[in-house]
Amino acid sequence: MTDTLAKTVFGRLSWESLPFHEPILLGTFIVVVLLGLGVVGAVTRFGLWGYLWKEWFTSVDHKKIGIMYIILGIIMLLRGFADALMMRLQQAIAFGSNPGYLPPSHYDQIFTAHGTIMIFFVAIPLVVGLINFVMPLQIGARDVAFPFLNNLSFWLTVSGAVLTMISLFVGEFARTGWLSYAPLAELAYSPDTGVDYYLWSLQIAGVGTTLSAINMVATIVKMRAPGMTMMKMPVFTWTALCSNVLAIAIFPALTAAFFLLMLDRYVGTHFFTNELGGAPMMYWNMVWIWGHPEVYVLILPAFGIYSEITSTFTGKRLFGYNSMVYATVVITILSYLVWLHHFFTMGAGPSVNSFFGIATMVIAIPTGAKVFNWLFTMYKGDIRYDVPMMWVVAFMITFVVGGMTGVLLAIPPADFVLHNSLFLVAHFHNTIIGGVVFGLFAGMVYWFPKAFGFKLDPWWGKVGFWGWVIGYWLAWTPIYIVGLMGNTRRVNHFDDPSIQPYFIVALIGAVVILIGVLGFVMSIVMGFVKRKQLADTTGDPWNGRTLEWSTSSPPPAYNFAVTPVVHDLDAWHDMKTRGYRRPASGFKPIHMPKNTAAGIILAGLATVLGFAMIWYIWWLAALAFAGLLVTAIGHTFNFKRDYYIPQDEVARTEAKRPLPLGAGA
Amino acid sequence: MLPMLLGGCDMVVMNPTGDIAMQQRNLILLSLGLMLLIIIPVIALTVAFAWKYRRGNPNKDYDPEFHHSTTLELVIWACPLAIITILGAVTWASTHQLDPFRPLERIAPGKPIPAGTKPLNVQVVAMDWKWLFIYPDLGVATVNELALPVDVPVRFSITSTDQFNTFSAPTLAGMIYAMPTMRSELNAVLNKTGDSWGYSGNYTGAGYSDMRFKLRGVTKAGFDSWIAEAKAKGTPLSTETYVALTKPTTKAPVVRYSSVQPGLFDRIVNACAEPGKPCMIDVMRRDMLAGKMHMGERPATCDDKDGKLAPKAAPKAAKAEPAAARDPRISATDTLLLPGAVRAERA
Repeated sequence: MTDTLAKTVFGRLSWESLPFHEPILLGTFIVVVLLGLGVVGAVTRFGLWGYLWKEWFTSVDHKKIGIMYIILGIIMLLRGFADALMMRLQQAIAFGSNPGYLPPSHYDQIFTAHGTIMIFFVAIPLVVGLINFVMPLQIGARDVAFPFLNNLSFWLTVSGAVLTMISLFVGEFARTGWLSYAPLAELAYSPDTGVDYYLWSLQIAGVGTTLSAINMVATIVKMRAPGMTMMKMPVFTWTALCSNVLAIAIFPALTAAFFLLMLDRYVGTHFFTNELGGAPMMYWNMVWIWGHPEVYVLILPAFGIYSEITSTFTGKRLFGYNSMVYATVVITILSYLVWLHHFFTMGAGPSVNSFFGIATMVIAIPTGAKVFNWLFTMYKGDIRYDVPMMWVVAFMITFVVGGMTGVLLAIPPADFVLHNSLFLVAHFHNTIIGGVVFGLFAGMVYWFPKAFGFKLDPWWGKVGFWGWVIGYWLAWTPIYIVGLMGNTRRVNHFDDPSIQPYFIVALIGAVVILIGVLGFVMSIVMGFVKRKQLADTTGDPWNGRTLEWSTSSPPPAYNFAVTPVVHDLDAWHDMKTRGYRRPASGFKPIHMPKNTAAGIILAGLATVLGFAMIWYIWWLAALAFAGLLVTAIGHTFNFKRDYYIPQDEVARTEAKRPLPLGAGA
Repeated sequence: MLPMLLGGCDMVVMNPTGDIAMQQRNLILLSLGLMLLIIIPVIALTVAFAWKYRRGNPNKDYDPEFHHSTTLELVIWACPLAIITILGAVTWASTHQLDPFRPLERIAPGKPIPAGTKPLNVQVVAMDWKWLFIYPDLGVATVNELALPVDVPVRFSITSTDQFNTFSAPTLAGMIYAMPTMRSELNAVLNKTGDSWGYSGNYTGAGYSDMRFKLRGVTKAGFDSWIAEAKAKGTPLSTETYVALTKPTTKAPVVRYSSVQPGLFDRIVNACAEPGKPCMIDVMRRDMLAGKMHMGERPATCDDKDGKLAPKAAPKAAKAEPAAARDPRISATDTLLLPGAVRAERA
């Protein structure tokens, strides 16, 4: 009787779900709780709850949402990186009779969580955050097309991240690899809560990402400043457009794949099971139809960041702007046609394999053209080596190697020996770290003064830079080599002692990357300490070329008191050379969207729904779902959605800006 | 530093013992060489430009207006295009040449297959978490040990009992997925004697890391004695032994079986190697016929406890056509497995 009652009330949740028997997890849990209590205590002590709620959590300002995305990305980076260190340590010591310090059940969760977190909760939030913050400023807009949707997208992403983090302490995360392939992810082989955590986290976050992509595309298409034709858009905005168009097209495929897998797990259908006509291979197709374009969703904006930085720090317009744009669009289209290269070895015929192999290689052509364009932007330039430009040079040297091993893997017979080997793992870390991560760091350093009004500390920034670059090469060169020795991925211990030195070097590399991570964190801390010295009073600390540098740092809520008119590519550079003077009078009231709590409430309810579904607490799931519907419908009756910033307030804000921008140019 | 690092280890992918893997290695080296033609100049130019055009250098010409040059842009698109065109042609040819399903044409460069040579058939079954190798023509089987006579073409038929694994033998020919209810194929040959390791390349759960097999290249005489030894010292792979074997185990030791039931591999592909399970090919055939003739009638499923096809749904369909009239398009699995044949044999 009490059993049935407990099952009805708590589903499969019980005391056994908590990690009392796992000392590593228990320790982590205690530390996290103490840190969490510390943060909550500090916020309460300084009376910041109201400020956070009013100015940040409920804000629909694209700049604040962008910053919150980036904070989420950095926090999750620390978690994902901790996983990486644990894996490297395990592989460095687990040889011969030594099983290492992680049992398979724990190790397998860690590599799954590492991949999932790094892609979905680090790379995506950082990319979306930068696009959110920078793109509307670059096109001279006052906000995105759907400000409330933007807030909702962010909180849904947080909701997914929170569920993933809960799995660390309540139950477990998936032990299936970061894409949770069927049939392993089916109930028959993964009966625990892990895969359900995975599915619900990513479904909820995926809704956020899809909505955000729609929002960004609408913003770029409809809200550009007068005069900014498509071929006068900054390259970063172009790459943001292509990236988000891709995301809109691919995320539904992932959502559908996950939904069908959920049906298999919850309702007993047989879409991807081995039995009764299920087709596990179909799941692989569907996730990779999402998965391959997804890496372009991430790398294209990074390419945009490199383009902006190269142009700014060489003091030149980007070389071959048109071919850069065409290259971006070509990559966008081709990225849909390559997914099968993730399973050449599954028995497709040689003609099919050749088609997908060659389509993959063709992507190297526009990518190669891009590299040459950056190269010739540097040619005859006047290059200033501030930290962002250092990242660009490191990227160019690191990324071409990753591109080369990528083309190698695209040749099907070569893939037969390299597929699922550590060579493959080294390849995609080479492109994702050397391409996406370097770009994100470059972008964060570059636009940080725009967001906060002071630069990051350059000395610590350089520590971060060298840590990442040297650490990357130390950590991944040996993995390329052990891949060529025939070693496969996701293995938790090895027999052959002769390969141990390679894993020890890789571990040292990971520790050096840790210095890079800490260096970046320190550059924020020391930047804040020295914010007076590093202050940006002009709004244009790097002598920039695009519109975001024409407003103050940080920009006012409305971004631009007077919407700029664009005459040329590199609009701000053009305005400066023409001796543009910022208007000091004649302001009009500015129409702005109002904050709303609906986004955070909806996402909170989605978290409860996910948690209840994961643990089979059906009554709570039903309640949360009903709550979601009621809140969503209720929000449509909220008609107090906008307000006007009065004329004199605009005038006062503008008058506070220390220098009339452009006066010195 | 790199050659020193590379010299100290056995990079089996770069130094394989099988002709197919050797061709794959040559392909890797050729493509790497082709790509380095463009990668090395790019890295060199990056370093050179990054140094030369630094702000502190007085001996540079700064030209902020240099941002377009049709000639240069044609060149920078043409260079990658040229390399990729060549690589594309290489890819098309090599992918067809090294298609795993394609029977071998040689056993080594310049060594055609002697006339009248029949390839050695080996059936590979991935299980949780071990490898079962069946030599159907020789009537023996092993767990986690694959012996191959050198210079004899081998035709692998590959499947799995429940998970997606890859049959990965880097010294021999790379990897091919082993998937339940599907049969994949690999044609390869080993050219040198000696032992190496084979793996599963696709993660399948707790015992995955230990799912390795010893790949032994032996002489023809050595192979014959190895087979004789297996026959003399092994135990038969009976149905009970097989069923016990399918239970998940980790670090499974090497086992040799002196005899194997004929058709075991085909039954594994059809998910009916365990007694009481209907064969997929039969179920599919009956479902198709039932779909045609009795729309709406519930077909029997694998859930049927007694192992016989549910009499209510089956008989009409089963009797409707004699086995020989089976539509060959019904199933892609081995045509040897005629409907009913397995059950008849078991009975």
